[in-house]
Amino acid sequence: MTFQITQTDLQTILPELILFGMGMLVLVVELFRRPGASTLPQALVALLGISASGYGAYLQLGLDLKGFSGEVIADDYAAVFKMVFAATAFLTVLISTRYLADRKMDFGEYYALLLFAVGGMMVMASALDLLMVFVGLEILSISSYILCGMLRHDVKSNESAMKYFLLGAFATGFLLYGMAMIYGATGTIHIREIGMALTNPDTFANPLVWFGMALLLVGFGFKLSIVPFHMWTPDVYEGAPTAVTAFLSAGPKAAGFAALIRLLVEALGAMRGEWSQVLWVLAALTMTLGNVVAIQQNNIKRMLAYSSIAHAGYILAALVVSTSEGLGAVVFYTLAYTLMNMGIFAVLILASGPDKERVTFDDFKGFGYVSPAVGLATLVFVLSLIGIPLTGGFVGKFQIFKAVVEQGYIWLAVIGVVNSVVSVYYYLRILVVFYMTPPQGEPAPKPVFHPGLAAAILVSAVGVLYLGILPSAWLELSSRSVSVLLAGF
Amino acid sequence: MMNDSLWIIPALPLAGFLLNGLLGRKLGPVFVSLLGPGVVGAAFVLSIMAFNRMLQAPGLTISQTLFTWIQSGNLNVPVTLLVDRLSGLYLLIITGIGFVIHLFAVGYMRGEAGFWRFFAYLNLFIFFMLILVMASSLLLLFVGWEGVGLCSYLLIGYYFEKDSAAAAAKKAFVVNRIGDFGFIVASLMLFWLFGTLEMAGINQQASVVLGAGSLMVTTVTLLLFVGAAGKSAQIPLYVWLPDAMEGPTPVSALIHAATMVTAGLYLLARMSHLFVLSPATLAVVAAVGAATALFSATIALAQNDIKRVLAYSTCSQLGYMFLAMGVGAFGAGVFHVMTHAFFKALLFLAAGSVITALHHEQDMRKMGGLAKKMPITGFTFLIGALAISGFPLIFSGFFSKDEILWQAFSSPAGSTLLWLVGLITAVLTAFYMFRAVGMAFFGASRLEHPEHVHESPWVMTLPLMILAFLSVTGGWLGIPHSLGGGLGITNRMEHYFEGFFAQVPAGAGHGDTGTELGLMALTTVLALGAMALGYRMFTVNRERALAWDQTDPMVWKVLRNKYYVDELYNLVVWRPLHWVSDKVLWKTVDVKGIDGTVNGAARAARGMGWVLRLAQNGMIEIYAVSMVAGAVLVVGYLVFLTE
Repeated sequence: MTFQITQTDLQTILPELILFGMGMLVLVVELFRRPGASTLPQALVALLGISASGYGAYLQLGLDLKGFSGEVIADDYAAVFKMVFAATAFLTVLISTRYLADRKMDFGEYYALLLFAVGGMMVMASALDLLMVFVGLEILSISSYILCGMLRHDVKSNESAMKYFLLGAFATGFLLYGMAMIYGATGTIHIREIGMALTNPDTFANPLVWFGMALLLVGFGFKLSIVPFHMWTPDVYEGAPTAVTAFLSAGPKAAGFAALIRLLVEALGAMRGEWSQVLWVLAALTMTLGNVVAIQQNNIKRMLAYSSIAHAGYILAALVVSTSEGLGAVVFYTLAYTLMNMGIFAVLILASGPDKERVTFDDFKGFGYVSPAVGLATLVFVLSLIGIPLTGGFVGKFQIFKAVVEQGYIWLAVIGVVNSVVSVYYYLRILVVFYMTPPQGEPAPKPVFHPGLAAAILVSAVGVLYLGILPSAWLELSSRSVSVLLAGF
Repeated sequence: MMNDSLWIIPALPLAGFLLNGLLGRKLGPVFVSLLGPGVVGAAFVLSIMAFNRMLQAPGLTISQTLFTWIQSGNLNVPVTLLVDRLSGLYLLIITGIGFVIHLFAVGYMRGEAGFWRFFAYLNLFIFFMLILVMASSLLLLFVGWEGVGLCSYLLIGYYFEKDSAAAAAKKAFVVNRIGDFGFIVASLMLFWLFGTLEMAGINQQASVVLGAGSLMVTTVTLLLFVGAAGKSAQIPLYVWLPDAMEGPTPVSALIHAATMVTAGLYLLARMSHLFVLSPATLAVVAAVGAATALFSATIALAQNDIKRVLAYSTCSQLGYMFLAMGVGAFGAGVFHVMTHAFFKALLFLAAGSVITALHHEQDMRKMGGLAKKMPITGFTFLIGALAISGFPLIFSGFFSKDEILWQAFSSPAGSTLLWLVGLITAVLTAFYMFRAVGMAFFGASRLEHPEHVHESPWVMTLPLMILAFLSVTGGWLGIPHSLGGGLGITNRMEHYFEGFFAQVPAGAGHGDTGTELGLMALTTVLALGAMALGYRMFTVNRERALAWDQTDPMVWKVLRNKYYVDELYNLVVWRPLHWVSDKVLWKTVDVKGIDGTVNGAARAARGMGWVLRLAQNGMIEIYAVSMVAGAVLVVGYLVFLTE
């Protein structure tokens, strides 16, 4: 058997190739950096790579190409997710440059690792067999572990990386066992062939498949911070460098959902009745725990960690129904959440300076008046996180709960809406300290303008409003992308 | 004015918001005080023109579709602005009274540092309120609904240097979101049932899709009512409104009396064809309305802050309107929305005029005899008080309140008990209003520096006079047949809404013109008595009344502390929520995390030893054990229980 790489193969993974290639280039550029010099060139190379990769993903819209003997696919679904990933990465670079300099972790490797991580995410979105899912996931995970520990002299950062690594390795075990069992029962690792195999009643009844599916859910549950597999999340998010936390809470989760949805729908569609019941319970638990515990947090990063758990719960609710409306809502919400989340982290980073990081509520007293423009943008992000109309967060949540109710899961929707009421309680604290608490003692200094951060905040705010006021184009693309998956249903 | 220019009406205040917000600080207060009221005035003129066009249009409806907001699968939400008889009337109230209050605010807010910010918010509020009433779809209505809420919180917290103002704003936000829960779930269910969120379509199909009296229609309407009760401050969600008085007084007049708080009633009136399908829901609406009316009126008896009296009075009057709608008298409810908007805005503005003159003194015990110092303010406040107390045959409140009482008595969905509660409330209202009139404006002056008190400038008194005029004449639109029939005067309000609202199923309604006149006379006599009593007790015998107040009798103490409801909520809702969050979910189910793990020992260690110590200190193990436990449950369920 000869192994040959065709042009189609390469075309299928074009965005990934660009990212990995540019990641290498960043490392090469890093070689020539004099000690103490800025890493701005590396950041620019990274931005260039991300843009090119995102454009490559855009060009893949409307294709239906399979590469490497059907191991990877370039379809609308993968392309849309890759575009979201590119947007996430782009914003991450924008909010990173000053943060790295301030925290004295100005290494070019940071950008290389980021590009590799995003490359891994893209592999997950386009993977069409279990092994590729795993490879993508591990590229992402290992890069993330290192990114979490980038603040080498900070104990919390070290601890964050170590916890993430130990528990991540543990979760990977579950995932691999799950994949192995499914392979054992069906004789294939190809996602669509697994789906075919499960139409056979004997295979379907094989307990090994069920065991495998359960372990897969556990493994993904860890990566997506689903309750009760979420416990690492607040610690890791709090300890990691803030720019990395921003990336972690949006990017890897979106990639996890991209892969999980393809697995559930295309490989395990026959067991939909069963997995949707499990997801129902997990979604309810995740939303509730995330929101209720967030109330008690005084550190904004930690609060946002619980908030991201809650938002994963909302998305999971849409997976319960997995109709084209529901999955379309997931894709829509992924972008909306990425924008509002990156936006609010950008504000945290902007307010921090070389002297100290500002991450607690007390650090932001009266900040809305210190810097009105940033305050206004924060208002937009918070309203979107709460789910107030004219923001992307509202349209996304409405779409999710609409899809859930349409399938008759009224109680799940009720739990979701109750939870979004509870969430008001802690999101509002941000606005209250920004606008309604006069600064006590030393007021927060006026943030120093930085083009990258300003651009990130502006793009996120405009994006959130765009998705709230003129959502139709992105909604249309979202539902078109998932129709590819559901075609076989 | 053509239909395709309806969009200009909301666009004007939006433009006002943007200009005031972006340029207001640079261009100064003169620019702001021209632009702020100007855009609302212009919107008022256009509203009148639109109203007239609507009256001549076929179907008494005009509309304009601007663009498609959400188009996804089977969901299509166009941005359609609609003017019909209901929204047309609201349009006039919002822009008309809005303009007058903006004008007043120019005088009231003069010299404030955030003058431009105030008018930017106020303009934005008008924009969202217009969207709320002009929306053709529930989802667009929700945009306005949340928008007015947001402006309301921003304005309540306007004096954010005061802790109480910030707390009040937060409370308003949270309580309103509880109401929104009902609204959202109801909208989702309605979409599921009807396949559309257009309110006209839902009303039209309501009786076909949902059986009368079915559990589904009761559930949906009750959920909608939860939303309405949040916005319109009904039991048990009324607690935010009295605290909302922390905002500047023009805000209390515009948002927390005349317009936004009637949005819940608007929703019920708009969906009347849905609500009449559920007698159970209507009974709940009527009961909650009546209970709120009586409950808040009793609290108002014991308040000494002039704005708090008016705030509880607003809750109480809103309860009246819900009572009307609960017995199926939607037209009567909307009529009272209108007259109440006139006289309550008037009362608040007059109170604002007093508060400015007294340099932010709101305690009525420190007023007295103000009518001599401030004749226009005093006179117009008196008119407002006469109107709300239902002084017979002249003032607007008499007609609208009497209509509600009569419907509560005679409608098939009404009852003698509901009528009686309404009657008692009317008597209490007359009493506490004239207590306020007496304490603030008449009797001996208890001012500290009476020589410094002067009448407010024309920019504040002119709005008072306009509203006083409307408070008198507004009621003449709805003179009942029992009074006007013989003289050939028609009930124009009833005629205006003919065939617009759904009817409750005909049943054993009772009462004839004789009974109606008899009950009317009874109410009137009792109300007049209460007015006289309240006035006398707190002018001539004021020292005695205040001395009694000082002794703090038990009942009074309970009333003044608002039945301790805030304390109760704190104990029953917030403290348990925090406790569950902190003790149960965070520290037991979720481990406290880093705070407990990083300590001096870990800081000193490096390399592998540190890692091991971390792994040994328990956290990692607990996390891993939790994962395994979850895995066991998931595996157990899927492998063993689904077969």
